[in-house]
Amino acid sequence: MSERVLDVSGLQAGYGVIQVLHGIDFHVNEGEVVVILGANGAGKTTTLRAICGMIQTSGSVKLNGTEIVGAKSADIVRRGVAHVPQGRGTFPELSVEDNLEVGAYTRTDNEVEADMERWYETYPVLYERRTQAAGSLSGGEQQMLAVARALMSRPSLLLLDEPSLGLAPLIVEDLFERFAALNKEQGTTLLVVEQNAQLALGIADRGYVLASGEIDVEGPADELINDDAIRRAYLGV
Amino acid sequence: MDLFLQRLFDALSNGSTYALVAVALVLIFKATTLINFAQGEMGMLGAFFALQMWLWGVPMWIAMVIAMILSAILAAGIERVLIRPFDPADHLPLVIITLGLFLLINAAAAIVWRFDPRSFPNLFGDGNAISIGGANLGWYTVGTIITVVVVLSLLQLLLNRTKIGLAFRAVSSNLESSELVGIRVGPTLQFGWALAAGVGTLAAAVFVANPIRQIEPSIMLRVLIFAAAAAALGGLDSLWGAVVGGLAIGLVQSVLVQYLNEWVSFPTTMSLAAAVFVLMLVLIVRPAGLFGTNAVERV
Repeated sequence: MSERVLDVSGLQAGYGVIQVLHGIDFHVNEGEVVVILGANGAGKTTTLRAICGMIQTSGSVKLNGTEIVGAKSADIVRRGVAHVPQGRGTFPELSVEDNLEVGAYTRTDNEVEADMERWYETYPVLYERRTQAAGSLSGGEQQMLAVARALMSRPSLLLLDEPSLGLAPLIVEDLFERFAALNKEQGTTLLVVEQNAQLALGIADRGYVLASGEIDVEGPADELINDDAIRRAYLGV
Repeated sequence: MDLFLQRLFDALSNGSTYALVAVALVLIFKATTLINFAQGEMGMLGAFFALQMWLWGVPMWIAMVIAMILSAILAAGIERVLIRPFDPADHLPLVIITLGLFLLINAAAAIVWRFDPRSFPNLFGDGNAISIGGANLGWYTVGTIITVVVVLSLLQLLLNRTKIGLAFRAVSSNLESSELVGIRVGPTLQFGWALAAGVGTLAAAVFVANPIRQIEPSIMLRVLIFAAAAAALGGLDSLWGAVVGGLAIGLVQSVLVQYLNEWVSFPTTMSLAAAVFVLMLVLIVRPAGLFGTNAVERV
């Protein structure tokens, strides 16, 4: 069995008196793409926020074997989690170049420049617009920048929160192809939260279906996508 | 014409000091979207530190540097103890705290140094750099303008070329994503407060170093109002905007006092009302100011 990058068990989280997650278990293996599906309000975003220590959390979250529940966001990030939050992963007033540089904020090695060059080669549009404010990029370009920015920290796990939100279908398809390529070519481990089940399962190895703060179904992506009952009940396809 | 030139020179002199205080306000606003009402008083306290050291025999510019460092340390402490425990998104308690600080620092300075005005050493030398006809441009004004340019250039270098500067700009732009790239937000905001206090101390010292002024604990109250108007006019999150705003407010004040006085009897204190009027006008017509990026939601 391959190494578990993330191992979540009995995770509970919420906002003030409202509990959103009622003890969920899941894991992500190294090199995998895992997707968490679910309707609006099922607790998908909350799950990612809980992993990153952004909200009140109890239970267990192990990152590469180390317990991180209770740690501060900045420290969890330093231990190798990168998170692209929903819809606003960039620093709109900062230039594209500064966005990438701030992504490497926690790094002390001297390969930051080389990594930046690599992203410019991978996404030439970022190079063309490197001096522009990130906020002036199109939605799809900003999402790519947010992903590149997150990967500048050389994380062992990348969390993506609804990357398709607010983007045109063609852009979204292109985006998911790029995510698949990131995983295949660079071995990036991805945990993606999505409403667009069809697309997300298309690039995923395994999937979990979250409903009302509990995991209802889990399994390999191709099984989930072909299971008629699941398709009707949860995925709306 | 000479009179007009003289008014212009006065405007430069006042405007540059407003600009410096406005820059301090903008530094804190950028980081926290909050107006620090105690900014003027913190600067006044720093200026008193410098004066006290000078009275003890420390050379003036060394005293200035030490005072700026001391007030930066003090501001860092204030941020840690009085600001950080509160939710940054809830502005009302924070505004009340800065108002409380205003009163506290004002009273503390009055207890130590009393309300008697004292003369402050001239930082830039006496006399006039240029005399055109009857209009004089004093070395004080030249020194003040140079100070503004130097401070702004250093700030630009610090914010655009250093790692802490990058963190500061990131936190100003997107608080949540800043945490998600591993920036420790608390210490970064603390850095903003310290920086603002250093600039604020320099601003207050430069203001009271004008040969026509003296230092006393309430000296910065009026300046803060002019500076707030300047910062709003320039756009609360723009450093160069603060400078343009400061010079513009200086001009409004200087010209208004002179020329309106010729038509109607116009008490000089009305220049304060003019600043408040500009502030209101900006908030109504163009809340983002001349160079600001974000519309102001709440102050």
